[in-house]
Amino acid sequence: MTEEKKGFFRGLMNKITGAGEPPSAAQVGEADGGEAPARPGFFERLKRGLAKTHEGLIGRIDTLVLGKKQIDADTLEELEEILITADIGVATAVELIRTLEQRLKRDELRDGEALKSALKEEILVRLSRHAASLDTVGASPFVIMVIGVNGVGKTTTIGKLASKFAASGKKVLLAAGDTFRAAAAEQLEIWGKRAGVDVIRHQEGADPSAVVFDACKASLARNCDILIVDTAGRMHTKVNLMEEMKKIRRIVGREIPGAPHETLLVLDAATGQNAVSQAKLFKEAADVTGIALTKLDGTAKGGIVVAISNEFKIPVRYIGVGEGVDDLREFDPDQFVEALFQ
Amino acid sequence: MFDSLSDKLDLIFKKLRGQGVMTEENIKEALREVRLVLLEADVNFKVVKDFVERVRVRAIGSQVLQSLTPGQQVIKIVHDEMVALMGGGEDNSLDLSAKPPVSIMMVGLQGSGKTTTCGKLARYLKKERRRPILVPADVYRPAAIEQLKTLGRQLSLEVFDSKADQDPVDICREALKYAELSGFDTVIFDTAGRLQIDEYLMNELVRIKEEVQPREILFVADAMTGQEAVNVATGFNERLEVTGVVLTKLDGDAKGGAALSIKAVTGKPVKFVGLGEKMDALEVFHADRLVSRILGMGDVLTLIEKAQSTFDADEATRLQQKLKKSQFDLEDFKNQLQQLKKMGSLESIMGMIPGMGKMMKQMQGNQPSEKELKRIEAIIDSMTRKERADSSVINGSRRLRIAKGSGTSVQEVNQLLKRFTEAQRVIKQLQKLGPKGLMKGMGGMGKGIFPF
Ligand SMILES: Nc1nc2c(ncn2[C@@H]2O[C@H](COP(=O)(O)OP(=O)(O)OP(=O)(O)O)[C@@H](O)[C@H]2O)c(=O)[nH]1
Ligand SMILES: [Mg+2]
Repeated sequence: MTEEKKGFFRGLMNKITGAGEPPSAAQVGEADGGEAPARPGFFERLKRGLAKTHEGLIGRIDTLVLGKKQIDADTLEELEEILITADIGVATAVELIRTLEQRLKRDELRDGEALKSALKEEILVRLSRHAASLDTVGASPFVIMVIGVNGVGKTTTIGKLASKFAASGKKVLLAAGDTFRAAAAEQLEIWGKRAGVDVIRHQEGADPSAVVFDACKASLARNCDILIVDTAGRMHTKVNLMEEMKKIRRIVGREIPGAPHETLLVLDAATGQNAVSQAKLFKEAADVTGIALTKLDGTAKGGIVVAISNEFKIPVRYIGVGEGVDDLREFDPDQFVEALFQ
Repeated sequence: MFDSLSDKLDLIFKKLRGQGVMTEENIKEALREVRLVLLEADVNFKVVKDFVERVRVRAIGSQVLQSLTPGQQVIKIVHDEMVALMGGGEDNSLDLSAKPPVSIMMVGLQGSGKTTTCGKLARYLKKERRRPILVPADVYRPAAIEQLKTLGRQLSLEVFDSKADQDPVDICREALKYAELSGFDTVIFDTAGRLQIDEYLMNELVRIKEEVQPREILFVADAMTGQEAVNVATGFNERLEVTGVVLTKLDGDAKGGAALSIKAVTGKPVKFVGLGEKMDALEVFHADRLVSRILGMGDVLTLIEKAQSTFDADEATRLQQKLKKSQFDLEDFKNQLQQLKKMGSLESIMGMIPGMGKMMKQMQGNQPSEKELKRIEAIIDSMTRKERADSSVINGSRRLRIAKGSGTSVQEVNQLLKRFTEAQRVIKQLQKLGPKGLMKGMGGMGKGIFPF
């Protein structure tokens, strides 16, 4: 497992979007702020700069400290911006810089190398402080409720989880709690088939609470070890939809005392600063206990989870690394930070 | 975000009042704030860098206009440049002027909202008196075909009968033939979500493109995307030469800065925005609205919506009249505060209003409490009618009387008056922004103006 993970992360690190052909020089004009409308020149220039290779944290920090005799407060201020641009989140970036300032005062940051390893260390601390893998032995059925905004990968993650639990000999049941999106239940049913587990569903447009009620009853009657509840994607800012989700939670808790035992918030690695708002509002409404970070097989590195596990003290449980049934991994802070810096 | 950009900039420029001209020196700090706001809005850092440089060049040496504070002037430059970058005023309509059936291809990452957007677009085109057919070509995601078929049923629109075991290129070819024979004039192809680095699947899109010769290739992007938007958009555009962008999920609270990044790297216009899960939640893109959203200059539309549900209409009309004549007085100020209280979450509303963030902050801490609002009301209640109508008459002895009458201190009265004067100024400026500024958004709505 560890070897396999390493391989994956190395692949992730090596995955650098190729440089595109340089755009034609024909239109490039000089933008000097004079009267002449410099727009084509500006766009062309911008395009060129952006077409360059994908820069990771390391590269940008190297550029920052290049030729600097010593690290000073100005360097750190610029570093703050670099962190924000790794989708790390403003509050956490500011906090990280403050910590580094302390270390600077203690003369621990003599050069660029020291700065980089100190930063890595600090990020790692923030990710590991609340890290914990999901343990399902405490209850039976152990109920996992999966929530998140639209399209982040909830249903897919459930499919992968179901197959993982089933493979380890657990009896799993899925509840098709998304009765809103077209063909959502069909989608979950296909995943159920792939994993070899049953799915409780109603008609499209039915009350999701009713589905979940039935699923709770069924999981008890069938002696299931694990019940995973899919929910419709919803914007965290929509009060009525958040209320609906709370209601689902209440039903689950009433039918199976202590449930849901895990409320898993699914986040898309490509999401930027908005993930913080998602985590905040979902946590307020549904007491999120874990995070699944999906689509890490793309070029996005999911820096925003640093902010989220730091600011909201929620552990990242799993990462999604593809659309296949096996493309789910346990979260490993060390490897995550390595990949983030690349 | 409690402090709006304009609040922050005003604070920075406070020290510089009276300097008249913007210089390299006095604009540096302001540009840092601009940079941070853009980064927080998920605009890619390289785009931000070039953009801020452009603003700097334009700002330096410019005379500070009489009507604006330096902060507002910087914002105006930022605003104008950003609207220009986003192609404000340029034609961003769909180009379907070709021999029917005309093909439209939707492409993008997994989960960006392609299928839903296909349905919305078909509905939109039907309203435009076209005859669209939907073609599901996502054979990978479980039940993706079924999803589009369901949407088609809801919209009473035909959906091509694809099967998940078919090759997507074959599906598209056959669908186009079928559309031609059956007299459809527009064919919308829903392709599977994919990563821009997935060679095999990107090739598939290129083959589909060759097969159906689409007039439009719309790159569907999630408004919540972070810094990666640049790489993703570049990847899709390089292989497919997309013709436009649809920005989805703008009904949340994401700023949508990714749109700036995408426009900057591809040069392709955003044509539509998605504002919800329902089939009618699609709108033509307006650059100025997105820019206001990013700059926190008052998300005017949202504000009006919120305001309308709680704000009584008579009061709104009355206020609108007064604003036109620049007669906003302390009585109105008080009414405004009461209305705000009714509206619930002050914080979220404050963020949408230019100038208000600062005022509220000055009141004390971040969250203006009920108690503070009560105190303000008490102060205003202790004023005479004449004082409320014209605050300039409130001299020292009147202040003392008002403080006594309201059980507050002269200091608090002073503070309130100062704040009120600022509010008046903000309102004046709102009006001065004129047709190009905020008022356009408001006035154009044909709905009540609600600047507070
Ligand atoms: N590349 C990649 N794609 C993923 C991953 N996880 C999910 N997806 C894809 O993302 C898209 C959306 O996934 P869903 O599981 O339907 O997302 P959801 O959150 O259930 O969506 P809604 O129910 O519509 O809100 C699908 O095309 C999935 O195949 C992942 O880890 N990597
Ligand atoms: Mg789903």
